[in-house]
Amino acid sequence: MSLLTPDLLANIGRQSEPQREIVTRRDIRKYAVATGSRQRKYLDGDQAPPMFHVPLFWDVVELDQLTPDGVSIDSLLPKFPLEKAMAGGLKIEYHKPVRPGDWLTSTRTLTDIYEKQGRSGALIFYEAVMDIVNDDQELVIREKTTRILR
Amino acid sequence: MTAAENNLRFAGIEVGDSLPEREFNCGNVQLMLYNAALWNGHRIHFDEPYAKDVEGYPGLVLSGPMLGDWLHQCVDEWLSDDGRIVSIDYSNRVAAYAGDILTSGATVTNVRPDQQELDIDVFIKNTAGAVVAPGTVVVRFGESW
Repeated sequence: MSLLTPDLLANIGRQSEPQREIVTRRDIRKYAVATGSRQRKYLDGDQAPPMFHVPLFWDVVELDQLTPDGVSIDSLLPKFPLEKAMAGGLKIEYHKPVRPGDWLTSTRTLTDIYEKQGRSGALIFYEAVMDIVNDDQELVIREKTTRILR
Repeated sequence: MTAAENNLRFAGIEVGDSLPEREFNCGNVQLMLYNAALWNGHRIHFDEPYAKDVEGYPGLVLSGPMLGDWLHQCVDEWLSDDGRIVSIDYSNRVAAYAGDILTSGATVTNVRPDQQELDIDVFIKNTAGAVVAPGTVVVRFGESW
């Protein structure tokens, strides 16, 4: 008996509202310092290091939308019958450089939900793709997240 | 670096070559700054009594994507301006905590001369020798941002 009901699977293809953000030198510098970067071009904010899209597009929600442990609820996801998150994976493709002054827009899509039998029971996998484009609609970064729930 | 020098460097790289290792020791301040830069309010990253007493962790938990960033840095520093990272595929496998001594490193696993590309296995290890974050990075020489 599958945990994945037709109602749950109907969420595949669901998309977030596009989010448009500006890249600033100050935000790049803060991120570069916080990650222990040793490269001048990042520490000076001349160019964004890889993974700068993580802080740029982290959800900013109001305080009453955070759970008591300080987490914002991912509105892209349906309620899954399994809720304990296990380690997941990330695949990121870099297509264009990111520099201060760039406006970038990200859109997230829930691209897959599937089930596998683990050693200690059923596991649910889901995949979400974040496409980041510039104002010319050119793909800058594509990130695919895979998460496992048990 | 000229194109010729760049080609020369690429030609000298072989499968099995190791990249320089680097030690990371992220303390409370760095961990707080990282999560502030993200706007990540998850208490397991900054509220030590909560992380220990409520969630049962031995300390403040390092954020998964920070380890992902360190995997990038390992390759990016080695590349310098001779090439760029095309993609990465990694996972967070074992939890790591503020104050842990972690080491990043990498090994070239595949060379594609026609594309001037390499596949590089990357890792972050803890002092027990466990790989906390393994990954694979594809890099391309001759393209620099």
